[in-house]
Amino acid sequence: MNTLTRIATVLAFGLLSACAQNSFDGNETALTGLPGGAGAGDLSADASDPTSAAYFQKAIGDRVLFPVDQSTLTAEAQSVLAAQAQWLSANPDYIANIEGHADEQGTREYNLALGARRANAAREYLVSQGIAGDRLRTVSFGKERPVEICSDESCYAKNRRAVTVLASGLTG
Amino acid sequence: MMRFLGGCVCALLALVAAPAVVAQGGPLRIEITEGVIEPLPYAVPDFVAETASAGDYAGRLARVVAADLSGTGLFREIPSSAYIGSVSDFGAAVQYADWKAINAQALITGAVSVVGGQLNVKFRVYDVFSGAELGNGLQFAGPADGWRRMAHKVADAVYSRITGETGYFDSRVVFVSETGPKNERRKRLAIMDYDGANVQYLTDSSAIVLAPRFSPTGDRVLYTSYETGFPRIYVLDVGRVQRRVLEAGDATMSFAPRFAPDGNTVVFSLTEAGNSDIYTLNVATGARARLTTAPSIETAPSYSPDGRRIVFESDRSGSQQLYVMGADGSDPRRISFGDGRYGTPVWSPRGDLIAFTKQSKGRFHIGVMRTDGSEERLLTASFLDEGPTWSPNGRVIMFARETRGAAGRSSLYSVDISGRNLQPVRTPEGGSDPSWGPLQR
Repeated sequence: MNTLTRIATVLAFGLLSACAQNSFDGNETALTGLPGGAGAGDLSADASDPTSAAYFQKAIGDRVLFPVDQSTLTAEAQSVLAAQAQWLSANPDYIANIEGHADEQGTREYNLALGARRANAAREYLVSQGIAGDRLRTVSFGKERPVEICSDESCYAKNRRAVTVLASGLTG
Repeated sequence: MMRFLGGCVCALLALVAAPAVVAQGGPLRIEITEGVIEPLPYAVPDFVAETASAGDYAGRLARVVAADLSGTGLFREIPSSAYIGSVSDFGAAVQYADWKAINAQALITGAVSVVGGQLNVKFRVYDVFSGAELGNGLQFAGPADGWRRMAHKVADAVYSRITGETGYFDSRVVFVSETGPKNERRKRLAIMDYDGANVQYLTDSSAIVLAPRFSPTGDRVLYTSYETGFPRIYVLDVGRVQRRVLEAGDATMSFAPRFAPDGNTVVFSLTEAGNSDIYTLNVATGARARLTTAPSIETAPSYSPDGRRIVFESDRSGSQQLYVMGADGSDPRRISFGDGRYGTPVWSPRGDLIAFTKQSKGRFHIGVMRTDGSEERLLTASFLDEGPTWSPNGRVIMFARETRGAAGRSSLYSVDISGRNLQPVRTPEGGSDPSWGPLQR
């Protein structure tokens, strides 16, 4: 990850923290204000705190991956989401926006719809594990925000993802 | 505030007709067919400057006319270095022998004058081998900064007289202008002349913007923006560069909008609980109707020019395919059956064809098929071609091509509907999602 990305992501996280008082009915802009949607940042500084978003991202895993043109959850994806659900249950102050993404092999509109399916599949799994639906929002970025930019399956596999992006939202 | 040309090239006058001359031999004519065409040779000398300050425009007008005509692939310009004769007086009789000798089948002459900031452009077209004028001379007037539009109007008239079809040069394209690598791409809406000139930006790049679509008259543009963090449809007034959100419901997202031919209805996709379906929205009343209800992906709708049918893509069969339904959602029928996946269908303005993006064996293609799905024809092939849009006369398709790999970049291209004359449309930055507007008035 280059420096620019890192700065942008840290900024994004700053924005998320800044809107801690907002519920999902509030200001959408503050929740996901940047056109980024990468959903991952270099947050190692506080990853040692098991109640931190950085810990969630590093130790629990903030994303699940999908096969080509699929939105069904693999067994591996289900176990990651189960761990996410457990963590979200233990940390009820957090809300999450689940970002669905596609690789570049597809037309723009279809990939937007596919990303929405993926985000929704992850959301439904979390709900099935007992997470309240009003803590979980979804957004699709289609193929607009890949994390890897080569045009090979090694990159595509990482881009077909649903990322659970945390914000501390239910305190106060 | 940005300024746009609007309705300023208004005076369209037939020049006093010269005595009618009956063409000798066959008339000058290009039939646009599927066969291989030998481009028609023509000459367009610098226009005659009839006032001192018109000198700047005399050569530039002729160059834009030539770029338009030669850019179709149907015409071939004879360079001025080959000229024997010259045109120094717009009213003088044409020396046909001079132009026959260099095999110019068509000769276009023009004159330009500037009076009080107003540009006056006149032109005539001659069928050299018949020794006769083709149609009457015409004259356009408008502000001097609209000189390119006047050149396009001349070229449209020439194209129309020789092919018998409406031209497409005095038209604009709205598109997404792109910079940056694939994982940090910045996108903003831009509008330009069809040939890439006069680019102006309509939004900044603070939020992702996607897939702008012109209204039937070109006065408004629909597009999708992430400015709230979530994809929503906006409508932008092109003249005033003002926008408002059109669809702000609490669904996950709304996207893929297009106007109906009436300019008052918008068809689009709306996603709820991961399921994307097609809806219509009345722009004036806000009334919404749902056209599809399947649990599959339904998106990329596009109206037929008579407004009675809608072509769209769906993966209800298990893979992305094209369907046609009534404008009320009735009687959906699959029309694509070839090998591969089909998306982004767009009905041609002539009503006869549907352009689409096809994915097959790891390649992307722009293609056309009849509205019943027959006579599929692939026009392009590359790592990633997508998003066709039709020229106003239904003869040319513009689309975006993204190149492979980490340094991949998206650019605009055009190709004619027989698959000939593939060429880049040069833009200052990268480009994607073009939408070709109507001929301007």
